[in-house]
Amino acid sequence: MSTEQEHPQKAFGWAARDSSGVLSPFNFSRRETGEKDVTFRVLYCGVCHSDLHMVKNEWGFSTYPLVPGHEIVGEVTEVGSNVQKYKVGDRVGVGYMVGACRSCDSCTDHLENYCPKQILTSGAKYYDGTTTYGGYSDIMVADEHFIVRIPDNLPLDAAAPLLCAGITTYSPLRYFGLDKPGMHVGVVGLGGLGHVAVKFAKAMGVKVTVISTSSNKKEEAVDHLGADSFLVSRDQDQMQAAIGTMDGIIDTVSAQHPLLPLIGLLKTNGKLVMVGAPEKPLELPVFPLLAGRKMVAGSSIGGIKETQEMIDFAAKHNITADIEVIPIDYLNTAIERLVKADVRYRFVIDIGNTLKASP
Amino acid sequence: MAKSPEEEHPHKVFGWAATDSSGSLSPFHFSRRENADDDVTIKVLYCGVCHSDLHSVKNDWGITNYPIVPGHEIVGVVTKTGKNVTKFKEGDRVGVGVIVGSCNTCDSCQQDLENYCPKVIFTYNSHYHDKTKTYGGYSDMIVVDHHYVLRFPDNLPSDSGAPLLCAGITVYSPMKYYGMTEPGKHLGVAGLGGLGHIAVKIGKAFGLKVTVISTSPAKEDEAINRLGADSFLVSTDPAQLKAAMGTMDYIIDTVSAVHALAPLIGLLKLNGKLVTLGLPNKPLELPIFPLVLGRKLVGGSDFGGIKETQEMLDFCAKHNITSEIELIKMDYINTAMERLAKADVRYRFVIDVGNSLTR
Repeated sequence: MSTEQEHPQKAFGWAARDSSGVLSPFNFSRRETGEKDVTFRVLYCGVCHSDLHMVKNEWGFSTYPLVPGHEIVGEVTEVGSNVQKYKVGDRVGVGYMVGACRSCDSCTDHLENYCPKQILTSGAKYYDGTTTYGGYSDIMVADEHFIVRIPDNLPLDAAAPLLCAGITTYSPLRYFGLDKPGMHVGVVGLGGLGHVAVKFAKAMGVKVTVISTSSNKKEEAVDHLGADSFLVSRDQDQMQAAIGTMDGIIDTVSAQHPLLPLIGLLKTNGKLVMVGAPEKPLELPVFPLLAGRKMVAGSSIGGIKETQEMIDFAAKHNITADIEVIPIDYLNTAIERLVKADVRYRFVIDIGNTLKASP
Repeated sequence: MAKSPEEEHPHKVFGWAATDSSGSLSPFHFSRRENADDDVTIKVLYCGVCHSDLHSVKNDWGITNYPIVPGHEIVGVVTKTGKNVTKFKEGDRVGVGVIVGSCNTCDSCQQDLENYCPKVIFTYNSHYHDKTKTYGGYSDMIVVDHHYVLRFPDNLPSDSGAPLLCAGITVYSPMKYYGMTEPGKHLGVAGLGGLGHIAVKIGKAFGLKVTVISTSPAKEDEAINRLGADSFLVSTDPAQLKAAMGTMDYIIDTVSAVHALAPLIGLLKLNGKLVTLGLPNKPLELPIFPLVLGRKLVGGSDFGGIKETQEMLDFCAKHNITSEIELIKMDYINTAMERLAKADVRYRFVIDVGNSLTR
């Protein structure tokens, strides 16, 4: 059965057809709005670095055609008969997952993101065996449980990236206790994740130092994003002066990079949390880890309950992503620029105004 | 001109020292300071042989300052106390562990974490406040500031209790700090040597289920029948490893050589914690993906503060936890070191200093 005929609701989006990663118009379909489902008209969708990894099959499990997009926001158009929390017209969003087993320990603890049977928003197999297609499309149908409400005071376009970048940095700040006023947290990498991490940490009352390989982001970091200081990681003197000063570090860099200088920046009992995922192992220098009782940990997005909590926190503190809104047909160029980290700091596709199926 | 070790201080002392990186130890005459107001003079009865002693005599870490008298698992009897000393009196059985001094003013010292003081003074191979070298417990007596002397509980034997002063605190401290003490949880202990065998005993005393992870199948019988472990995993057996994946809440990794962390990380459940305690002379490879996908952490820990060391001794006395030892004479030490290098000991050599260290 063709992708257009698979389901009853017509859908239109852009998909990658192969690992060249080039995206183009794609007609497909979505399931009927089931009794627990929410259908919404997609207005905006953020472009996450993971979309880039997936369209190019860099992680080795992509299946094509692939419709990426998991920072999806829009307006509800239909709700199933058993839906309690949402109604037509509500402003909602969907992030990285659209399903999970709902019965394992992780799911019971509101950690659906760690469920071994989690279903990703894009490129995964849904409960009915069909492929999931993401938010680079005109409509979404998702189980109510995996939908979050976007408060009225958050602009939809700038809120979209919070659904992945936001929760990915908010969750470890809370879980690893790096959210106490007066603490000093470093943020490595000033991109989609990094810039949101700075905003959240500042809102939590934490002193923030941005750690970057290039000095040209300093002004932005300090004047625009509100970081307290900026450290060029290639500058030995600056790094030396900052040794042993940080309670924690959120490391957003997914390229291979050395951990030793970052571990050195931590105070005793300091925590280095990886939210970027370099493909190959990194070298772990053991002496400094032991001599300072330090740790290296990882974290991956967050559960749905915490995602809603994060969105509400963002609304309360007026935190949104810094975005470049693009029309759908700029998408391939945006992906190329994203490879070069040439964006301040997230592309967001204006789906509502620019994604139109051909008549 | 610098004074010789024999002339440096007023009290003549006899011990065994290594004089070069061959690591071979031989009789050595030196001296110790006058017992000052805060000091306790101790006649050494027993001293454990720690793997760090081996690393140090061979200069594996590149920081050895020869001649070196190792030994930091020291048990003896008080022969003299300074006028400020109230906690100890002549005849008391006491212990001295890894450190004999620190700055007393930094945050770590103020929090009873002298082990993390940047100016910590090790029992051997450091320089004391008076700038003279510190010499360890492979010697007939030692003079130590009372703050760094431990009271040895009555029911803890001097010989099999000695290794607790390093091996014991080294596993007890991270188990407390990283929260590896919830009854019913599952602890993996990697490496069944000096540290590992005590970790098994302490783990059982905390009410944990304990699995020993080892490369030697021959240790299984001992692990289960003598030490009380619940199960045994041969880490070089892929089928056993696979079956145990995602089953452990905590892992204490005592392996001191360079080794793979990836299989151990795979054994952890979601939110699992791996604490590595060995000090290899090269970095380890740390795979990041599994940390991120399972919110796992790899942390370090370095023996413990004095207060916690006393707490650990009292805990072990209460639970009748001692080390399994092979008591040796002083002149067996070089053979013992060779056997230690091959992990041929069940599970700690302890030197019968009181009866065999003769000039």
